[in-house]
This record gives sequence, structure tokens and C-alpha cells, in this order.
Amino acid sequence: MYDAPKFAETKVTNNDIKIAARKVQVYYGDTHAIKDVNVDILDKTVTAFIGPSGCGKSTFLRCINRMNDTIDICRVEGDIRIDGEDVYDKKVDPVQLRAKVGMVFQKPNPFPKSIYDNVAYGPRIHGLARTKSELDEIVEKSLRRAALWNEAKDRLDQPGTGLSGGQQQRLCIARAVATSPEVLLMDEPCSALDPIATAQVEELIDELRQEFSVVIVTHSMQQAARVSQKTAFFHLGHLVEFGDTGQIFTNPKDERTESYITGRIG
Amino acid sequence: MTDFTASDAVPAPRKGSLLTQDARTKQRNAKEARFRMMGLIAVTIGVLSLVGLLTSILASGLSSFQQTYVELEVYLDPAKLDKKGDRNPDDIAKVSTFGYTPLIEAAMLSAIERTGAVSDVANTKAAGELISKEAPATLRDFVLANPDLIGETVQFDLLAAGRIDGFFKGRVTMESAALDRNVSPEQLQLAQQLKEAGILRTKFNWAFFTAPDASDTRPEAAGLGVAIIGSAYMMLIVLVLSLPLGVAASIYLEEFAPKNRWTDLIEVNISNLAAVPSIVFGILGLAIFINMVGLPQSAPIVGGLVLTLMTLPTIIIATRAALKSVPPSIRDAALGVGASKMQAIFHHVLPLAMPGILTGAIIGLAQALGETAPLLLIGMVAFVREYPGGPPEGFFDPAAALPVQVYNWTQRGDPAFVERASGAIIVLLVFLVIMNIAAILLRRRFERRW
Repeated sequence: MYDAPKFAETKVTNNDIKIAARKVQVYYGDTHAIKDVNVDILDKTVTAFIGPSGCGKSTFLRCINRMNDTIDICRVEGDIRIDGEDVYDKKVDPVQLRAKVGMVFQKPNPFPKSIYDNVAYGPRIHGLARTKSELDEIVEKSLRRAALWNEAKDRLDQPGTGLSGGQQQRLCIARAVATSPEVLLMDEPCSALDPIATAQVEELIDELRQEFSVVIVTHSMQQAARVSQKTAFFHLGHLVEFGDTGQIFTNPKDERTESYITGRIG
Repeated sequence: MTDFTASDAVPAPRKGSLLTQDARTKQRNAKEARFRMMGLIAVTIGVLSLVGLLTSILASGLSSFQQTYVELEVYLDPAKLDKKGDRNPDDIAKVSTFGYTPLIEAAMLSAIERTGAVSDVANTKAAGELISKEAPATLRDFVLANPDLIGETVQFDLLAAGRIDGFFKGRVTMESAALDRNVSPEQLQLAQQLKEAGILRTKFNWAFFTAPDASDTRPEAAGLGVAIIGSAYMMLIVLVLSLPLGVAASIYLEEFAPKNRWTDLIEVNISNLAAVPSIVFGILGLAIFINMVGLPQSAPIVGGLVLTLMTLPTIIIATRAALKSVPPSIRDAALGVGASKMQAIFHHVLPLAMPGILTGAIIGLAQALGETAPLLLIGMVAFVREYPGGPPEGFFDPAAALPVQVYNWTQRGDPAFVERASGAIIVLLVFLVIMNIAAILLRRRFERRW
């Protein structure tokens, strides 16, 4: 049987809805990848998306900041609102949206530039800093938030690609938080990391939720249990169950959820 | 999954010593040995032909970088050059090159006398024939530039005639001279004596790089000056036009264009254009740039435009491949922090694709530098002795091109032109090697950026 997980100690402290999705459908050409997903993601909360491979959790995540726009055959229907504003409205520029909704990817993907430039890139293109010292401040703050400052402060001018895998991923997190987003999307951020780096990133996620609404896709149920307050279980494009993490893992309402978390499917 | 029967079971492991090779292994090893052998033979053939090619070109072309000169003290006789004696430039200019020939012949005779060479060369004319037909023109140009020196004796380094030059390079022998109407064995003997006396001297041939082409009868004066300028102008035009156009087209096609039937069609056509015989581009250039637009013939601008058309597909294909090879995670990363598509491309994708783009561009340029056929059709094969002017007006002046000059010289009768053509090939090869080294250096520089 499944070991009793250690749940995130901090409970949901906020009930403001940050992202509201209603009847979201995603098609890749003729494939119906996401079917009728309704979900409310709370502010200052970590929400985990779990489910077997190919169930659509990453696809749904990428709908929130419209990264799916880059895929030609992808079509999104339904309604995703951030603070009540439809992100698929014709008036919305995805560039502005993505400044508000940051993203961390599965594979660490720092730019082949210096550590400093990696973090400074977002603030630069969005004009968040007027002077060099302001930019320095943002870079330092972001690296501190990503728990990378102590390791990186002496080598800011060295290439970000020269860091270790875990450091690279934290650099990517620093880069994402440097633009002061309101929502942080993380697509399996620890799948390429060793347990120690994973623990560091998880700790980081818990700290980040003081300021951001974090949505994390993960394959590791332990990780979902450790870091999230809310969990959504996806299966074959459906959102099967969504609720408090403790409830999903101890007392799932749907038998598919139970099968999955006990390791019978997926 | 459980419907295994005994017959389906894994076969029993084969018994056999690891120390002896079984038949299959031997066969496999023999196959591999044969394949390696064939590869080695192929490489050897390639290397040998390259070595053969280079040696033959170097053997026949290196001598063109040396040239025999005659050192003469010429008395600029006022009685011949300035009969009125008032140093009026217009009157001096009226004396044609024929008026200078007697001066050279006189200088030659006195030089022969001074060395005390005993010669059977019958008359002054035959002695004068040791000197290039280009020499009177050299003299005239000098006098027109310095009219004050008329009446003085000036020292000149004049070109020796092509056959005399060939004699010292081993191309002309006493036997061949006996059959040659242009030179006699006696003249060769005299040349030999003058060489020993230090009047004839073989020097490095700077004029080969700076002088314009010369007519059939004076191969010793022919140089690559106009061709090098023409080729340089065309390369400049090709670089300035095809690199931005090609890169812009590739970026649009690769990153922005919708994937539909039209873009597929364009893609197929670009790939096909890269394989179109170059002479077709020449016909296109003739029809459009010269006949329709009315640009001048033989001009580097037309050559540059034609070569641009030819180079574009190469650059587009190379650039698209370079753009494609940039990992998509970099694009995602840039878009993820809120960069616009154009920012993602110009800040991140393009710098990473730069080495590939530059390599493609330089390969395209090198191709264009060596291209001959289309230039023949737009009249770059013309005999041009005037240097084109400075850019940009010079782009519209007639000029030659390096590969066309090679073609041109191989068509001439005098064997001295074969030497010149091989020399021009060496120059062309050196330019190509320089361009390739530039490509490698640029690649390194851009790759070191991360």
C-alpha cells in the first residue's frame, strides 16, 4: 500500500480565486486532449497537477500562459480567467500575459549567457529597472528567492549553462520570478534533478507561495503531497478530481484517483 | 502473456568456446575489414587527386609570380619627344608609343655595348625585340607624368619580352626558338649574356596583381588587377544583398510563416533553385538586368546581382538549418519570461544560429567567387584594360572577374598565358582559402560566446 504521505504543513491560508477555468477544451489537430476542465486555482497557494503521462496536465498548464499558441495545430476553447480577465480575449497580448504568469520548464533551460544576464533578461525587456543599480537589486533579490545567491554571487558573469543541473533549475526559477509574476507555472521542475536538488527546489516552492500562486505539474505523488495544498488529478484529458491535497491522498472520492495514487494505473 | 508453450521457450544457449571464432563472426569481421579497406582506398584516391591537382597547378603557375625585367638607362631625347622644345604637354602627348621605340632600342644597344656582349643579333630592331611591346607605353606614361625629365637619362625597369621571360623559366628553349618566328636562338643567347651581366633580372611580379589584362602579343604585361577589383566589387554586392535578404527570408519562413501549401511550395522551390545550373542565372541576368532594366554590360553590379540570386538559396538553406538546430527549449525559455517572438529570435535564437549562418554565407560567397558561366553571359568576358572607378560608381564600370580571367587566358594562343592562367588559379585558390579560414575563425568567435 501507499505510504502515508507527509502533507504540506502550511494549510490554505487564502481563498481568493486567482485563476478560474471553465469548460476548457484543447485540441491538437483532431485529437481532443483536454475535455471540459473546470478548476479554480487559489492565490498564494501551491496547486499540484498529477496524473499518468499524456493525461493533459502539462497541456492544461501551458494553456494558462498561452504557451500553446506556439504550436500551430493547437486550439483552445472555453474560458480561462486570471483575476476575472479572459486570457484568450483578442485584446490580450500573450507577451503581457507571460510577464504576469511566469513559467519553469521540465528541463533546465538557462540562456547560454551569463548568470546575471539570465536573470536580468526579463526585467530588461519589460523595462522593470531604470538604472543599473536597480537591475542589480532585482537580480540579487531574484537569486536570493531562488536560493542561488550564495552559490552564484561570485560568478555572476559566468555562463548559466556551466552550473549543475539543480543550480540551473534554480536559475530558471530566479529568471521566472525576476519579472515579478503573480502566478508561477512549473512543468515537472524536478524531473531532471537528484533528490538533494529536488528537496531544495521544493523548499523554494513552499517559500514562493508566500507571494505567488504556484501551479506545479509533477509525476511524483510524494512531491505533490509534500509541496501542495491543492491537488488536481487528470486522467485521459479529464479533470477527475480536485480538492485539498490531504483529502485527495487519504480519502479520494473517485475510484480512478484511488487506483492512481495506490499505483494500480498510470 | 502466459500462453507460453515449451516450443516457444528461449532456445538453449549455444555451446562453444569463446577462443575460436564461429563462421558467422568470421564473415562479419571479413565484411568489416573489406568496408574499411574500401573507405581507405576512397580517401587515398581523393587525397592523391588533390595532391596531383595542386602540384600541376603550382608547377605551371608559380612561375607567373616571377618576371624578367630589363634594367635600362634611357635617354629621353628632346629631339624626338618635344621637337618644339617648349615642354607643352599637348605636344608631348602627340608623340605616340611608336615614337618611344627608337629610344628604347638605342638604350638597349648602348647597354649591350657596355657589357661587351658579343652577339650575332643582326640589327637594332632585333635587339629591341628583347624588350616587351609594353615598354614604350610604360615610357610614354612616365614622360607624360614627368615632362621636366625630358633631356635627362632615366633608369627604367622594363618588362622583357614574353619569349625571353619564358626562356629563363624553361618554357622557351633554343630548339623551340629556331622554329619560332617571334624569337631567334641568337636573341636568346644575347639575353643569356645580358642576364650574366646583370642587365636582365628576374624579380617578384607585383604587376601580376595590379596590372590590367594585356593583348595577345604581350602576355608578360598581363595582370589580374582589373579582375581582382571586379571580383571584390561583386563579392561586396553579393554579401551586402544576399546575407540580409537570405537571413530575413529564412527567419520569416522558419519562425513566422504559417505552414501551408504556399510555404511548402516556396520551400521546394528554394531547394530546387540551389540546384539550378548557374548558366541559367546568367541568362536570367542578361534578360532582366541588362535587357529589361538596362544596366551596363560587363559591370560588377550586374555580376553581383546575378551571383546574389545564385547565392541566396544556399544561404537560405544553411540559415534555416542553423535556425532549426537551435533547441526549442531556448525559445520556450524566452517566450516564458514574456519575450515577444521577435525578441526571442533576435536575442536568443539568432546568436546561437550565427555560426551556422556565417558558415553558410561564406560557402555561398566562395561559390560565387569561383562562378564563371553566368558571368560569361553578362559580358564580363570582355577585354577590359581600364580600372573600374571607386565604389559605388565603379560598380557600373566594366570590369573582369577572376575565374573569367582564367577562362579568358586559357583561350589565348601564347603559352605564356597558360602560365598566367595557372597563376590566376593560385590567386583564386588563395582567396578561397582565406575565406574559409575567415569562416572558421568567425565560427570559433561566435561559439565561444557561451
